[in-house]
Amino acid sequence: MSWLRRMAAIASKETRQLRRDRVTFGLIIGIPAMQIMLFGYAINFDVRDLDAVVLDQARTSLSRQLVGDLAATQVMHIAWQADSGAEFDRIMERGDANIGVVILPDLERRLADGAAAVQIVVDGSQPSLENVAQGLAAMPMLRRPGTPPQAASSVAVRVAYNAEKRTAVQVVPALVGTILNITMVIFTAGAIVRERERGNLELLITTPVSRGQLMTGKLLPYILIGLVQTTLILLLGHTLFRVPIVGSLAELYAGAALFIAATLSLGLFISTITRTQFQAFQVAFMTMLPSILMSGFVFPFDGMPRVAQWIAQLLPLTHFVEIIRGIVLRGAHLWDMPVQLGKLGLFFVVMLTASVLRFHKRLD
Amino acid sequence: MSNAITARGLTRRFGSVVAVDDVDLDVPAQQIYGFLGPNGSGKSTTIRMMCGLLKPSAGRVTVLGHDALAEAETVRLKLGYMTQKFSLWDDLSVRENLDFMCSVYGLTGAGRRARVAARTREYDLGEFAGRLAGTLSGGQRQRLALAAATLHEPQLLLLDEPTSAVDPQSRRDFWEKLFELVARGSTVLVSTHYMDEAERCHRLAILDRGRVVVEGSPKQLAREIDASVVEVECMDLPAARKALAVEPAVLSIAQLGSRLHVLMKRSLAEPERHVERVLAGRCETAVIERVGATLEDVFVAATAPRDAAGGRDARAA
Repeated sequence: MSWLRRMAAIASKETRQLRRDRVTFGLIIGIPAMQIMLFGYAINFDVRDLDAVVLDQARTSLSRQLVGDLAATQVMHIAWQADSGAEFDRIMERGDANIGVVILPDLERRLADGAAAVQIVVDGSQPSLENVAQGLAAMPMLRRPGTPPQAASSVAVRVAYNAEKRTAVQVVPALVGTILNITMVIFTAGAIVRERERGNLELLITTPVSRGQLMTGKLLPYILIGLVQTTLILLLGHTLFRVPIVGSLAELYAGAALFIAATLSLGLFISTITRTQFQAFQVAFMTMLPSILMSGFVFPFDGMPRVAQWIAQLLPLTHFVEIIRGIVLRGAHLWDMPVQLGKLGLFFVVMLTASVLRFHKRLD
Repeated sequence: MSNAITARGLTRRFGSVVAVDDVDLDVPAQQIYGFLGPNGSGKSTTIRMMCGLLKPSAGRVTVLGHDALAEAETVRLKLGYMTQKFSLWDDLSVRENLDFMCSVYGLTGAGRRARVAARTREYDLGEFAGRLAGTLSGGQRQRLALAAATLHEPQLLLLDEPTSAVDPQSRRDFWEKLFELVARGSTVLVSTHYMDEAERCHRLAILDRGRVVVEGSPKQLAREIDASVVEVECMDLPAARKALAVEPAVLSIAQLGSRLHVLMKRSLAEPERHVERVLAGRCETAVIERVGATLEDVFVAATAPRDAAGGRDARAA
């Protein structure tokens, strides 16, 4: 009992200090709100009127109809009609068109066979275009009386790598993890160093508070804050971007709590290996970029080099992105994802233990 | 109960710097024991080793019967520590700080409320209870820090320069509190660089460059001072001072109003006559008088640079 009481004393002190720190308190709400709007709108941005070049090698009524359909999406604006492959390539190379559409000569036969008959060529130097192409490819074009049912897959996309299909709906749940990852690590990264910098640590470690009580007490208030942020992001995601939550909210919160604990413990560990808040924040930022880039949030996980995948396995965000996408989008249950949960739990235990062991109630 | 603190051969090095050098100490229980010394003499480092905050490089220190390092957690339950710099939380109110420290020492509920109320009363903190600690004055902060250090009724209080940023009246009040604590059975170890505070201690150790140079009660130290004290009054004090300063037998000279307060080697048989001879022909009207040593004299004699001209070679030999 007294163990818990001391831990609670630390937690309540931390909460009071946090409440008094108006700026930080404002940031708890402000940062996630700002980021969801920023990321949400940026990634949800509807691409329109991209200059396109068309090479119609079939020159049939069906092919003309197909080009018309593509133009009707308003995603592309047919700016060029190429007469030959060479001309097509020249236009693409000059960058006059961002998107190229190639209709193969034997369009009808290929459609009948269910093979790819149309190629959409995108400029690989602009990753966002790839999404557009994927969207176009999925478009149920040619689905009209008399065409075979497989017509939807009749458009092949030629890109540098094979991206997973992403839409705004898929981005927002992952954003919960990304935003939490940013805010949570920062919160605890400063936790111990701050006491040291402000001169409170010497007194604190001369009291009977144990290392474990100190670490868990420092961590607890931020789990609640993380859940508040989770709620905020999901709420905004739901109202602004109409992201449905298919799975159970309770399971979502349970998964989020575990992820939050894992990222907080990483911050705590950073706090025990640094001497100043400045150092702590530097290290915290160092862990963020890999988390964001390698978790499968920005770049598809499967497309990453093997080494990057291994590193990604060490990052809590990688596992949480899978968990939250599972629950929010597919309506999966927590028990469907024991591996991801286990990895998050393991990360938390290892980091918390490392923090406790790394921290000494001494000044030397 | 004999000694609250016993140190034997206590040494602490920071790299090549020896901060505390082979210190032996016996701090009797239920007294106020003073550490007097200039900055950098090893006072704080010694106190930190007593709290188990620093590991001795050699030797050991026993606090309330426990090894300060190996049994640090046991010791910490029984001691109150006031750091040199204010180390409670600036962004918590006076009451919140006291509440927190109480909880940390395992006091909860009604017991905690009663204890916080008692300390608030004893240390006149009532009117500031709701104020943030960061907005308090030096004297108020120091009262709060002492109140916090005594919440769990520790047997031993370690106070590291507690009055360094405090006005004289607050210092007086503070010392009254210390005597009350001792009367109730606590032992207090306090470091200071104020002579008047050192004077109030039951016993004190003068530290210099990491070593205990003299140790005893203030009276005893003044009596057994390793120097003779002579006061000189004359017309031309600057000339007298100049003449005395080059004398190898003179340890230090301080001007007190129209007099010179001169510390001389104890080995000198008749210090007054010696001064008379030095001043002959320079200050005709000189009045030369042997006086009793003050604690400041003890401090100056004990911490005089060992290698300076007219230094303490005789004593060291």
